[in-house]
Amino acid sequence: MPRTGKDSRLSRPSRRQFLVGGAIAGVGAAAAVGIDFALKSGAPATDAPAAATLSGAGVVPFYGEHQAGIATDAQAHATLIALDLRDDVDREALRRMMLVLTDDAARLSQGEKALADSEPELAVVPARLTVTFGFGPRFVSRARGEAPSWLRPLPEFGIDDLDPAFVGGDLLIQIAADDLVTVAHAARMLLKDARSFTTVRWTQRGFRRSRGSVAQGTTMRNLFGQVDGTANPVPGTSDFDRLVWCAQGWLAGGTSAVIRRIDMDLDEWDRLDRIGREQSVGRYLSNGAPLTSSPHGPDAEFDEPDFEATTRAGFPVIAEFSHMARARSSDSSERIFRRAYNYDDQPDGDRVSNSGLLFISFQADIDAQFVPLQSRLDQLDLLNEWTTPVGSAVFAIPPGCREDGFIGDTLLT
Amino acid sequence: MTTTTRNVVSLGALIALATMFTAACSTDGPAPTENAGPAAGSVTITNGWAKAAEDGMSAVFGELTNSTSSDVIISSATTDAADMIELHETVENESGDMVMREIEGGFVIPASDTLALEPGADHIMLMGLTQPITAGEEVSITLTFSDDSTLEFSAPVKDYAGANESYADIDHDMDHSDHEDTDSGEK
Repeated sequence: MPRTGKDSRLSRPSRRQFLVGGAIAGVGAAAAVGIDFALKSGAPATDAPAAATLSGAGVVPFYGEHQAGIATDAQAHATLIALDLRDDVDREALRRMMLVLTDDAARLSQGEKALADSEPELAVVPARLTVTFGFGPRFVSRARGEAPSWLRPLPEFGIDDLDPAFVGGDLLIQIAADDLVTVAHAARMLLKDARSFTTVRWTQRGFRRSRGSVAQGTTMRNLFGQVDGTANPVPGTSDFDRLVWCAQGWLAGGTSAVIRRIDMDLDEWDRLDRIGREQSVGRYLSNGAPLTSSPHGPDAEFDEPDFEATTRAGFPVIAEFSHMARARSSDSSERIFRRAYNYDDQPDGDRVSNSGLLFISFQADIDAQFVPLQSRLDQLDLLNEWTTPVGSAVFAIPPGCREDGFIGDTLLT
Repeated sequence: MTTTTRNVVSLGALIALATMFTAACSTDGPAPTENAGPAAGSVTITNGWAKAAEDGMSAVFGELTNSTSSDVIISSATTDAADMIELHETVENESGDMVMREIEGGFVIPASDTLALEPGADHIMLMGLTQPITAGEEVSITLTFSDDSTLEFSAPVKDYAGANESYADIDHDMDHSDHEDTDSGEK
């Protein structure tokens, strides 16, 4: 006879059952994978050093105080997926879902196949894979948790022209790696395991320069050709920690994410000459240096801009309506950490390009940090002539977890 | 790096000597040892998982590693999650189709080797689920070895679209083609 009620034989997987992927981590794991490659290819042991230099062997630790994929030096590729919870998914189901997804992420990020992985051969190249989870307002509500005040849709900005196809979501999965096959496999595995709990709301794919094309740490360029992200706080500094990590409640060690899809009108941008392009931001295209510094040499990128400097005709060298001038606040706490990606998708109609920026920012408090900044840019920013926000979503990013825990356990247990 | 397991010598005469110990935890596998103790103590299971199912049938998979220099035989299994449990192999029938059936003599884990239980190959078959098994839960399985020692482990449940093999020697009231959504009639 069918039985009713919860039964002890279907016990809660509270321990390492689901969470056994992280026994190796960091440099040791990278070396181990490199050796594994050498053995699998049948190469003699003397070839091991060459195998160890493969960028696909790179491993980012999964477990820790914070989730990976935030302070992690940005990988070449990212796929962001927003999922909507099915109607019957309650707090208990959320817990089960996050157990499964955490186990997948932990294993795959270390170059191990997931449980029930039907393409295990695709799992052996971690390529610095990180999987970062974020919770939307409805997720926290279903979890019967206390939502931070900033966990809500952003205010409507005048420049926005939002497409509902790229707005909102209950669960964010940011999958990033230096290899696109690795990203695709991780996405497939995670989506298969999320399917009985969620439906896909939107998927956005982004890219930067390939791993190895430019020196690690090089500030990215967007598809306008601009150096993009020079003023970012630096991971590992107290400045970064203060700006990014939440301190209170279930979000302690977590943060918030703002995901904005910014359409960049390359056809209109083409009409602008180089000087106009540089003035729109206030930086040189050559090296990203402020227009009050030097267009030559890589170091000038990080020079402090001089907003007082004027031209011979008496105009500010860095225009007041430039993006850099408008983005800057006299309040040093009104800053965010940007971790953006480019996108270049299929155009529709007569357009030949559908390109833009997958803007991703992390900050401890959206209302205190992102909203004031974006409000200034909304009021005035020359770049608005060529850019249009078409997607927008906000997520609470829970902290990382221990090996005997799971992502979201501070909210769900 | 391993599924949590429990090894119990269950022969009545040996109850006084019953030992509980956690299975060894190593990616490389322990070095072969003399097969002095019960068979259950020399086997570890890693990457165990069970297929989610509403009712009817399911299966459990994983990798069973024998750390000793002698073959070890799993002769049966038990679970509270289903009315019936069998050790299955997958073989080719007369018409060339791959079908699964109960294996004669149990699973043999060769000395210093690993037996992979996986979809389309050897697996532990559950029939007549006593209640739905849902992704994120765990199913508890106890393996009994040929020396009557036992190994208990918990397999986390995952959604899985495969593992839909057809059956040979059907002696239960089962649907041949699509058992995933079929009531086995065992309830």
